[in-house]
Amino acid sequence: MWFKATESCNCIEPQWPADELLVKYQYISDFFIALAYFSIPLELIYFVKKSAVFPYRWVLVQFGAFIVLCGATHLINLWTFTVHTRTVAMVMTAAKVLTAVVSCATALMLVHIIPDLLSVKTRELFLKNKAAELDREMGLIRTQEETGRHVRMLTHEIRSTLDRHTILKTTLIELGRTLALEECALWMPTRTGLELQLAYTLRQQNPVGYTVPIHLPVINQVFSSNRAVKISPNCPVARLRPHTGKYLPGEVVAVRVPLLNLSNFQIYDWPEVSTRSYALMVLMLPSDSARQWHVHELELVEVVADQVAVALSHAAILEESMRARNLLIEQNVALDLARREAETAIHARNDFLAVMNHEMRTPMHAIIALSSLLQETELTAEQRLMVETILKSSNLLATLINDVLDLSRLEDGSLQLETTTFSLHSVFREVLNLIKPVASVKRLSLTLHLASDLPVYAVGDEKRLMQTILNVVGNAVKFSKEGSISITAIVAKPESFKDARIPEFLPVPSDSHFYLRVQVNDSGSGINPQDIPKLFTKFAQSQAVQTKGPAGSGLGLAICRRFVNLMEGHIWIESEGIGKGCTVTFIVKLGIPDRPNESKLAFAPKVPGNHVSTNFGGLKVLVMDDNGVNRSVTKGLLLHLGCDVTTAGSSEECLRIISPEHRVVFMDVCTGLDGYELAIRIQEKFKKRQDRPLIVALTGNTNRVTKENCMRVGMDGLILKPVSVDKMRGVLSELLEHRVLFEAI
Amino acid sequence: MDVGQMQRQWLDYTRSLFIEGFLDNQFLQLQQLQDENNPEFVVEVVSLFFDDSERLLKDLNFALDQQGVDFKKVDAHVHQLKGSSSSIGAQRVKNACIAFRNFCEEQNVEACLRCLQQVKQEYCLVKNKLETLFRLEQQIVAAGGSIPMMELGF
Repeated sequence: MWFKATESCNCIEPQWPADELLVKYQYISDFFIALAYFSIPLELIYFVKKSAVFPYRWVLVQFGAFIVLCGATHLINLWTFTVHTRTVAMVMTAAKVLTAVVSCATALMLVHIIPDLLSVKTRELFLKNKAAELDREMGLIRTQEETGRHVRMLTHEIRSTLDRHTILKTTLIELGRTLALEECALWMPTRTGLELQLAYTLRQQNPVGYTVPIHLPVINQVFSSNRAVKISPNCPVARLRPHTGKYLPGEVVAVRVPLLNLSNFQIYDWPEVSTRSYALMVLMLPSDSARQWHVHELELVEVVADQVAVALSHAAILEESMRARNLLIEQNVALDLARREAETAIHARNDFLAVMNHEMRTPMHAIIALSSLLQETELTAEQRLMVETILKSSNLLATLINDVLDLSRLEDGSLQLETTTFSLHSVFREVLNLIKPVASVKRLSLTLHLASDLPVYAVGDEKRLMQTILNVVGNAVKFSKEGSISITAIVAKPESFKDARIPEFLPVPSDSHFYLRVQVNDSGSGINPQDIPKLFTKFAQSQAVQTKGPAGSGLGLAICRRFVNLMEGHIWIESEGIGKGCTVTFIVKLGIPDRPNESKLAFAPKVPGNHVSTNFGGLKVLVMDDNGVNRSVTKGLLLHLGCDVTTAGSSEECLRIISPEHRVVFMDVCTGLDGYELAIRIQEKFKKRQDRPLIVALTGNTNRVTKENCMRVGMDGLILKPVSVDKMRGVLSELLEHRVLFEAI
Repeated sequence: MDVGQMQRQWLDYTRSLFIEGFLDNQFLQLQQLQDENNPEFVVEVVSLFFDDSERLLKDLNFALDQQGVDFKKVDAHVHQLKGSSSSIGAQRVKNACIAFRNFCEEQNVEACLRCLQQVKQEYCLVKNKLETLFRLEQQIVAAGGSIPMMELGF
């Protein structure tokens, strides 16, 4: 609009003439525009105040300003249609300029703002999608959880029983309930393993024994995977009853159930077990619904199948163990019976033997005795020969009877060794004396060699040992026609035990026992090495015995071996062959007799080296005695035992020279209270008990008061004089072991 | 006399000492203590005994000669003598000492003097016997033999 300024009033006139109608419309429009422009911000303010979320308030302000100014512009425009003053024009211009500025600014601002606003929208869309997705997932989780619950419940039901039948029935029922199945069936393999037989169904009460061959492709498909497999409703396993529904039969799923045997339980293989049989579980959805097998339902079925397998195996194990237990009970009963029978048999035999023993021996003795007597009388040569033969035969018979009796007692372990202390040397000498006549008749030389370290006395069964040696030597003599027999007896050393011949025999000598080794060599007829094992068998005769002499009863060596075994030893024979002689060796365990009692006046001879000679290896001791003679004697005693002895003649001297190195102090307490005082002072000198030497009182007083006094002052021991070497030895050992020794008074 | 005979003589003599009660088991113990480390043990101890006893007997004499006899002292001496004699196995001396001590307790001077005589007598006897024994031993050793071990078969 150009303005023509009139000269007079400085007013501005619009360029065009005031066209009445147009101007009127412009006027009205401008007015409405202004109105609208003013109301828009008001509305905005109102709604924005209402809404909590609007991030761009200052944009609103800007926008509001822009609108207001626009409105203002249009409002002021109303005045410019007619003649108006310059002021109005100025105001109009100002308003327009301002509006221009603000609107440009707003326009520029909107360029930045609008993409943001649009993105808000995008985000909103995104969030909505997310919400929908989460909803879906929630639905899924809930279904899974429910499935899990079902599985747990099912498992619980299945596992709450150990009866096979109940397990399977319960499985089918629960599955049917959980999954709302139309039909559920279990096919078990038959005994032959070639067919599957319908074992259980859900709805049908009595499944007629349908069988299906096991090698159908569909079955193989199911068996080859441990997942639930969808199968066609028309396959033989699924066609359980004729379907009458109009619609298609529901989907069918089959899963394998491993049937584990006891022998198949390999933990590391589970569940990839190699050779086993499966049962087939077939599940059918209701035929009239459009339901489909969902993944979670299939998983449920698989889990249940596994659980059933486990439950079945438990049931199988239980059955197995019940069976085994019953078997064991039966066996126990049978064994018990057998034992009682055996016992009765043994009793019967023992009774028999006892009776026979007596019954047989009496006449035997009579025969022997009377024959001997007969020998003493006047007889012709012929008669004498006859009597001698009678005697010999009856002696033999008597020996046989004794042997049999002994052996039977040995066999059932009722023979016990009678242990006594006896002289080893005398045993050997007696054997020698008994054998010498026979040997000299046969012109065999007999030598006995006893080792020098062989104990003179031993503890054992003298009679049986002699019997053994006699038997062995007797055999040697019997089977030697000429030559020599040597008997050697030594103490077996551990090194010599590494005998290849007796690898499992490892005797260990101890302080109270030693092993006697006796070897009898003969240069007689020898034995074939192959026959050697038979020699010890009862009643077995060796073929090589072709001598005219009395044949052995065959029991002798068997008895010897029993005796030797009873004495915890070993006996064996070696021979290089026929005609090369033979060697019998045995080792037996004998005890070492205790040292002789002191109270006896009999003085046991000094036994060199065999006694347990404890040497106290330089044990430092202190002897306190004011009597010179006693002091020397005690010192000599302790020196003899290997101690390192210091002596003191008085209490003061004792206290002066005592040191922690002294392990024991022997003090004489015969002389009044000095000894007790000394003990107290020694204890004071050594604060710690382990540093202090042991204090032992030596006294000739045999009364309790002395003993009590010693104990009262804290002495560690009391011994009565006189003290012998052995007593002192024992005392020292005891003291060092137990740190206290109060001799009984 | 050859060694064997001397040894037999020694054995017989020793045996007689035991039988007659001059020596008891304790003497045997002493003999057992004699070994290579201690070859003269018995002789040493017995010599010590002789010296000790002589001293004690002298003291006893002196004590009992006093006007006022100190029985405590006397008892102490006798106790010592008893101890020594029992240590070496001089049985008779020991027994005499025991009797002596009883009278000491009773404080009977007369009896004590009598006991002292007894003890002296026994002591002299056993001293002679032991000295003879040792002489025999020396002879055996000089002749090249060894002292046999006592083997009593009672």
